[in-house]
Amino acid sequence: MRNIFLFIRRYFTLISFVLLQIFAWAMLIKYSRTHEAIFANNANEVTGYVSGKYKTVEDYLYLKKANEELTAENARLKNMMAASFQGPDSTQQFYIDSLSKDTLGRVRKFLWLPAKVVNNDVNNEANYITLHRGRNQGVEKDMIVVGPSGIVGKVVLVSDNYARVMSLLNRFSKVSAMLKKDNYSGMVEWDGKDPRFVTLNNISKSAKVVKGDTVITSNLSEYPAGLMIGTVANITAEKASNYYTLTVKTSTNFFTLQYAYVVANLLYGEQKQLEAQTPKAQ
Amino acid sequence: MSTLLKNIIRFVLFILVQAFVLDKVPSLHQYVKPILYFLFVLWLPFNLPRFGLLVIAFVFGLSMDYFAGWPGLHAAPCVLIAYVRPFLLNILLPQESTELSYVEPSIKSLGWAPYATYVVILTFLHHTYLVLIEWTQVGDFVFFIGKVIATMAVSLLLIFVTEMLFFRKAKFRTNAA
Repeated sequence: MRNIFLFIRRYFTLISFVLLQIFAWAMLIKYSRTHEAIFANNANEVTGYVSGKYKTVEDYLYLKKANEELTAENARLKNMMAASFQGPDSTQQFYIDSLSKDTLGRVRKFLWLPAKVVNNDVNNEANYITLHRGRNQGVEKDMIVVGPSGIVGKVVLVSDNYARVMSLLNRFSKVSAMLKKDNYSGMVEWDGKDPRFVTLNNISKSAKVVKGDTVITSNLSEYPAGLMIGTVANITAEKASNYYTLTVKTSTNFFTLQYAYVVANLLYGEQKQLEAQTPKAQ
Repeated sequence: MSTLLKNIIRFVLFILVQAFVLDKVPSLHQYVKPILYFLFVLWLPFNLPRFGLLVIAFVFGLSMDYFAGWPGLHAAPCVLIAYVRPFLLNILLPQESTELSYVEPSIKSLGWAPYATYVVILTFLHHTYLVLIEWTQVGDFVFFIGKVIATMAVSLLLIFVTEMLFFRKAKFRTNAA
């Protein structure tokens, strides 16, 4: 027993070094699997608060850009409004009974919540964004984040007033996407090189893809289908396989991101629950 | 100003500068990333016990992680350099009395060449470990070699500039302090 104590005393520094290293690696390994756990609630609040202060200053530099983006978005939404459309034919008149409208049984699937970006990285291998909206304001883990001009990422951590978002510019991020033109679907990932471009893999060579084609979220992803991701900037044909690798210019400008929407998929839980019930051996 | 207060201010400043200035600089290339924050560990006073040094470095690295959003990424390399630091200083110190008469490692207290060696070796260890962690999660071998070399060059340049800009007066330790 005495020898054990002597041993510990003698190698105390080495032992504490090894223990701290093990602790750090435990966090690394656990984190990259589940994206949560050790990050305490309080720490997220503190960094979120500091980032918010910093962002109030930085915002002035990008005010013009943010205004332009929001105006463009407004214009797009106004174009979608019912008042912008008029039937060419006025001989037939439609009367919509508001009672029967309710019985159509439409269910709200997506709920959009506006949020302010308080911190945003683009230079790391794994980039994260902090939003000033958290559990108290209805944000939950795995919700989707969309910017004014395209998708941004996915919520991985939530504290009371802040949410941490895994940006599209993250080596761990994967989004199911498709070409708008002919619905070929593939995976959007980021190679860590240039924050302006992401990669779209697994597009079959039978797709007639040209530069400038629009890439949108597919209906297989947890993102609302049909959201803009970007446009094809470069096409590489993989010699060894039957697939193209496309470089996609993101429509979201991650350098000047100021506001984003958190999208709650209200039916996602039900979908996951049903999928989990699928019988395994048939 | 007392050494404790000075180091607390440094702790906060180094993290804020890394998180809100250096990490916000638009990067020239994937490999070229300015990293300066670990200079805090290099500047810690001589007379800290080894265990205290490890714990301070761990807490410092962890608070950096909270801003970077990848827990453990900075904590592990910081602990490593904090562990190696005393051994290196033992070899590099010009004579027995330096540790007693100066407060912290600097150009003045160690001399030009030993201080440069001290900085280069610890920077190399820190960056190799940091990029190694990134490499195990993402990337390939060219990424590892390229990023270690590129970040080392940028960091050494930054440390040189910092040493020149903020010339630390080498304070003698007196009985009064």
